[in-house]
Amino acid sequence: MDNIIEVNNLSFGYGEKFILKDVSFSVRRGDFLGIIGANGSGKSTLMKLMLKILTPLSGNIKMFGQNIEDIKSWNKISYISQKLNFFNSSFPTTVEEVVEANLFSQIGLFKRPKKCHKEMVYQILKKVGMEGYRKTLIGNLSGGELQRVFIAKALINNPEILFLDESTVGIDAKSEETVYSLLTDLNRNHGLTIILITHDIFQISHIANRIICLGKNGLLEQDLKNGMTEDILKEIYGQSLIDFKDKRWD
Amino acid sequence: MILKIKGGIELISIFQYSFMQRAFIVGILISVITPCIGVIVVLKRMSMIGDALSHSSLAGVTAGLAFGINPIASAVIFSIMSAFGMERIRKSFPRYSEISIAVITSMGVGIAGILSGFVKNAASLNSFLFGSIVAITDFELFMVIGLSVLVIFVFILLYKELFYTTFDEESAKFSGVPVKSINFVFTLLTAITISISSRAVGTLVISSLIVLPVASAMQITKSYKQTVILSIIFAVFSTISGLYISYYANFKPGGTIVLIGIAILIIVIFYKDVLKYIFLKKHTKSNN
Repeated sequence: MDNIIEVNNLSFGYGEKFILKDVSFSVRRGDFLGIIGANGSGKSTLMKLMLKILTPLSGNIKMFGQNIEDIKSWNKISYISQKLNFFNSSFPTTVEEVVEANLFSQIGLFKRPKKCHKEMVYQILKKVGMEGYRKTLIGNLSGGELQRVFIAKALINNPEILFLDESTVGIDAKSEETVYSLLTDLNRNHGLTIILITHDIFQISHIANRIICLGKNGLLEQDLKNGMTEDILKEIYGQSLIDFKDKRWD
Repeated sequence: MILKIKGGIELISIFQYSFMQRAFIVGILISVITPCIGVIVVLKRMSMIGDALSHSSLAGVTAGLAFGINPIASAVIFSIMSAFGMERIRKSFPRYSEISIAVITSMGVGIAGILSGFVKNAASLNSFLFGSIVAITDFELFMVIGLSVLVIFVFILLYKELFYTTFDEESAKFSGVPVKSINFVFTLLTAITISISSRAVGTLVISSLIVLPVASAMQITKSYKQTVILSIIFAVFSTISGLYISYYANFKPGGTIVLIGIAILIIVIFYKDVLKYIFLKKHTKSNN
């Protein structure tokens, strides 16, 4: 498998405080990469740097073999931001309107969506099992349904990489399961490369093929799929999680 | 039948006066553009921006009256400058965006207060405070028509871009929407809308005309598109009925239009409560 993302010696911080220091790793096509780490360890910052939403202090990132500064079209990439977990649920808009909005790059500036765009919205909602909710107000959806809509919105441009920042925060266990199985299906059966930030180290170790951990001093270790060592868990989350880990992984 | 014809003639007779014809044209145009801007303003949770800019437009009006410039033209210039000033202040206080609203409101009141001392005709200033839609001049009529057509055209042109930027600015930016330019254009449209509307309903009540129809529509609509359309319908209804009532009851049109808007909101909230009550009653019965 070829590397579609290469992160080299990446550093980022505010003032004299480093949030990320000399972080390097790569993502292969078809990977399901989990990014874990304590609050404030720089997980979302790392994702935003990869998406060029933030600019690094030093280091570089290559995507599809191209420096991200030179990338003009981001059509191959989709992103579900953490902010969507806290969006205004009283916003009067339907599922169809939200998903259609992300077709901007295909419809074009100043142009109106056509019948074919409506059909694309229908098909993508069908893919995530939400086609019956097209005319439903997003505020009337459950947390799990909403996440499926956001995934549909992200998939409508047929991306090669899907970035998700804590996409299952605030949803119940059953809905979380549905979202994870949808992501697993997209990764395994449709070849979508997924990069997911999460606190759920139990779930991520089951669905991701690679996991990287961010600690206080940057990247701690990668490819932890086969070994969530006590030292690493202690470094990231503190002693209390070791007891939790013992219960769940034994 | 006779009553019907008589009523019809009564309804039409209002248009024999050219000032009423002008009032209706201006009123309807303003009630189309204010909800278009209002939907975005309310959904971005910036409802108080209308208030701040209307105070700036009042400063512009006062400057116009004091220095012999057309007051609507000077209000447009003042509002645009204030809107961009507000954006700049907001950047300095990213976590306290309401500071920018307070600063611009105070500045507007301050400038208007000082310049009002130089206005010879106090009645003309008063007409801008509470609106004077029936006193619109031909120049102002053409100015309002021109600017309203511009606002409607740009709103339709940028409909999907404005929606996406309002719903999720970060994702919109990521998918290629020129968010900075869209926000810039929207700030311009807001400033223009507020300043030209101040003549019709008055600077003191313009922010209600921006917020009220949208607030009423949001209670009952089932999509963003419906919210825009219903807000316009509510605003046009408030304006037309407000003009009729004010003409026959000899009320001030601006205040009447706004109070009808409030009445619509109360009716809509009450209607929604009744529906909820009926649903709950049915649900309890079926459970029993």
